[in-house]
Amino acid sequence: MTAMLIGIAFGFALERAGLGDSRKLAGQFYFTDLTVFKVMFTAIVTAMLGVFWLARLGVIDLASISVPETYLVPQLLGGLIFGAGFVAAGLCPGTSCVSAATGRADGLAVVFGLFTGVLLCGAAGLGDGHFYNLTPRGTETLPQLLHVPYGVVVFAVVAMALTMFKLAERFKAAS
Amino acid sequence: MSRPQAYSDPYVAGTGLGLVLLASYVLAGRGLGASGAFTTVAAKVINAPSLHQSQWLLLEIGGVIIGGFLSALLAGRVQWKVERGSRMSLAFAGGAVMGLGAVLARGCTSGLALTGGALLSVGGWIFMIAAFAGAYALAPLVRRSWL
Repeated sequence: MTAMLIGIAFGFALERAGLGDSRKLAGQFYFTDLTVFKVMFTAIVTAMLGVFWLARLGVIDLASISVPETYLVPQLLGGLIFGAGFVAAGLCPGTSCVSAATGRADGLAVVFGLFTGVLLCGAAGLGDGHFYNLTPRGTETLPQLLHVPYGVVVFAVVAMALTMFKLAERFKAAS
Repeated sequence: MSRPQAYSDPYVAGTGLGLVLLASYVLAGRGLGASGAFTTVAAKVINAPSLHQSQWLLLEIGGVIIGGFLSALLAGRVQWKVERGSRMSLAFAGGAVMGLGAVLARGCTSGLALTGGALLSVGGWIFMIAAFAGAYALAPLVRRSWL
């Protein structure tokens, strides 16, 4: 039940932002619409600050939140491949579901494409094996990797995001 | 239906999305996801145990479909919209390529970039940077399809 409620809120937020529209997402990669960047980094900063302060104030225990596992090489290569597919499709897995749900035929095509791709990967056994398990780093985080305090990395990400938001707004004013 | 409303301000919608992600961390002990729902279904269809499976993600994606539809309905933005054949082909092909990337990386924009990004996961940031790099690298080749 929690899963579905969180999903409803997730889909609602994506649609409100306009991220069910493939042209809006694709605009990010031609610098004609920076909504993807703005929404994504506002969300990351919001959730990051929320986790940091709730943990610092003792409201939540950081150990109770599961951190995605890192596998450096597969995630680097997988990311590059994913990005190439993303700009061709104009939607990512989550936004393709929103796009299809709002009646867009290309969203539905992305959903079918994704399913086909994943199915072929499963048939080829790509979800396991030597390459898949290369360079494991467990639940390593940037503060651990860089040997810098958690708060310092949080501050750096906020500073970077704010700088880029400012550039994005200046860019819009200039164009 | 009345004229569709304009989309929300990206910073407002982004804050909303961030609060949903935060709620997921606190209430479920985990972040959001999307590609994992596709692998869950695929694993069942062809009995491929190597693919990642998560009942939680399947329910969550069911919610995403409902939530996306409700939001669009309330704003008068639901409409059947068909695209040119070339755009449909690229949408399908791009989706399949993303599927490969997401399987190799163990996640997508939701499960790695957003969820891992806000938790400062090393893999989350590597994936995010690589995905933007891959998209910008291929963008000139598919430009005609968009502009």
